[in-house]
Amino acid sequence: MKVLAAMSGGVDSAVAAARAAEAGHEVVGVHMALSKNRDQTRTGSRGCCTVEDASDARRAADRIGIPYYVWDLSDDFHDLVVEDFLSEYAAGRTPNPCVRCNERIKFASLLERATALGFDAVCTGHYASLRHDGPDGAASLHRSRNMAKDQSYVLAVMGPEAVGRSLFPLGEFETKDAVRAEARARGLGVSTKPDSYDICFVADGDTRGFLERNLGEAPGEILEADGTVLGTHRGTHGFTIGQRKGLGIERPAADGAPRYVVDIDPASRQVVVGAAELLSTSELVAGELISFEPLSPGRTVSAQIRAHGEAVPARILEVPEGAAGSLRVRLETPMRGVAPGQTLVLYDGDRVLAAATLERRA
Amino acid sequence: MVSAGPGGPPQHRAYLDHAATTELRPGAREAFLEASEVRGNPSSVHSSGRRARAVLDEALAEIGALLRVPRSWLIMTSGGTEADNLALRTVPLGAHAADPARTAVAVAATDHPAVVATAQSLGPAIATRLLPVDARGVLRPEAVERELADGAVSVLSAALVNNETGAMQDLAALAAAARPHGTLVHTDAVQGVGHVPLPSAEDVDLISLSGHKIGAPVGVGVLVAAPEVPFAATSTGGGQQRGVRSGTLDAAQAAAFAAALRETLDEREEQARRTRALAARLREGLLAIDPSARLTLPVDSPQSGHIVHVVFPGADSDALLFLLDERGVDCSAGSACSAGVTQASPVLAAMGVSDERSRGALRLSLGWTSSAQDVEMLLAALPESLARARAVGSLRS
Repeated sequence: MKVLAAMSGGVDSAVAAARAAEAGHEVVGVHMALSKNRDQTRTGSRGCCTVEDASDARRAADRIGIPYYVWDLSDDFHDLVVEDFLSEYAAGRTPNPCVRCNERIKFASLLERATALGFDAVCTGHYASLRHDGPDGAASLHRSRNMAKDQSYVLAVMGPEAVGRSLFPLGEFETKDAVRAEARARGLGVSTKPDSYDICFVADGDTRGFLERNLGEAPGEILEADGTVLGTHRGTHGFTIGQRKGLGIERPAADGAPRYVVDIDPASRQVVVGAAELLSTSELVAGELISFEPLSPGRTVSAQIRAHGEAVPARILEVPEGAAGSLRVRLETPMRGVAPGQTLVLYDGDRVLAAATLERRA
Repeated sequence: MVSAGPGGPPQHRAYLDHAATTELRPGAREAFLEASEVRGNPSSVHSSGRRARAVLDEALAEIGALLRVPRSWLIMTSGGTEADNLALRTVPLGAHAADPARTAVAVAATDHPAVVATAQSLGPAIATRLLPVDARGVLRPEAVERELADGAVSVLSAALVNNETGAMQDLAALAAAARPHGTLVHTDAVQGVGHVPLPSAEDVDLISLSGHKIGAPVGVGVLVAAPEVPFAATSTGGGQQRGVRSGTLDAAQAAAFAAALRETLDEREEQARRTRALAARLREGLLAIDPSARLTLPVDSPQSGHIVHVVFPGADSDALLFLLDERGVDCSAGSACSAGVTQASPVLAAMGVSDERSRGALRLSLGWTSSAQDVEMLLAALPESLARARAVGSLRS
């Protein structure tokens, strides 16, 4: 196959590209330039699009012996990821920009471009397993063997069609150390590079400051569920459901128990706080369903709402018919900190069944 | 150009990017290796030093003779960019110190960033006047003279041949416009040397040249500067090269530069004839493959024969470069590059070409090793590459 390997400059994508080349594919390495203002040097473990990362990726490609290019996808990244991140927060939801980036950049813009250029598949350093075990060899997406690194959650939004045109060579690695060891053995200089965390376009790690700079101040009230006003805030985008710290409320609760953000209403600019019990949800409602196989009410599944969260046993209550309607899921154990905008992924064991976006609770 | 393909026998690659860098001339390599074996610092007075000085003097004498200037006019630099920096920074600062009324420089809007960005870094004491070009990328001497009329401009700079489009300026006419106003004339001749005649040293006061564009190694260049040119004392050290550029002189690079320049100028006319014929075949082939392709310069406008700049409407330049590379053709989109990310071209913008209309640009540039085989390889690879690059171009929402 003719394979395009997305190379961030990190150790995972370098080993993935090397494995794809070794498997006999005709591999071309591509580094996606996502930021318009490219820092010349990397600071700590942050970011994935500095000039230094581009140069690490180029050296890895040289070492593997594959051609290498930089593609400028910064316009798409800004329009489809950064703008989306801001507008989701402005609407009181809690988006995951890495999920959006996978969905819209890595497996939409990149895959589209790759297909137009004559590639058969895109290879990345994500931790997930693919099996071509469906009807007519259709692909299914599974958790990686290394559960701690598993990224099937953030890949689920790609949908079955894009998954079928992907390669995830790292899915079978047991540990990150094994990936680093293989990088070392292959002479890839990135073997000791730290993992990247945080949101790459928030360079200083201060997400609240970033939101405030870009969305401006929109003051409103902080109140209890019964309507008692406890204080004011500078904008609903500074809060996420389940947040406990930094609420800026001086008066303790009557019962002395900690208070959490339990609801955000950007229209009235109200942030509602309350006791932990109010955070618990035992029913999830989600739209924008992307399913890997037909679902039906009554089916037992497990549900996950965070990239590094746990999946809990659940039962499907309702499946949308056509584009309208919502997916409803009953949780066996209630979950806390469920926020609209988060991605819900349903699993059958290790196999991904569907992804959907959580809606505002009724 | 022959290179090893992955796991296969060496394959011919069509190298059509001589404007980026040309191939090292064997004569230059030999001159470099020979001179590099000479021990000694050219500024030392002992026998070893004198031997090194002799190699350097020999090289400078040859460069001077080839350029028809005394060798004392030559300032060796690390390349074209440094030569431009001296001409557009050190000279305007020196002129301003000598005459505080010289508060501006004037540069062609299409000049290389080494010229434009240097001029623009001088402010606020020294302002930059960007000189507009016409649709063919050419400066109009009468319009230039109006910009110089107030006597404030210390240096007028215009590249002999533009690095993206190949558009050529009439330095004699620009010099005639500058002379009455006491303005010094600089030309960045990095892209012109070897392809078009160099302007006379009687017309221009400053000429920048680069080694690797004529077949010398990367890392050497020359600024030709008439003795009356004022330089500010910005480079301090041992005071070598008129105190303009201190630092130990590199005899081996000077020898390589001299050898490359000799071969380049000896072959210039024959080379220009060959290049023009190859460029004509390129244009004819491009337009036959894609009748909607737009040549950036009309065939009858003043230009160097070694660059063919063309825009394929609707095509994605990056994709086109990728697809041609895959098919063994090296060329460029003809625009500035930072970490491989292509930016919109200020050169085309200055010529009145909109961002939208400059998408799908390709710069094909020929040099001393170019052959008909290179041109035919490009033309063979183009139809399919272009179709796919257009498919990518249409993804842009």
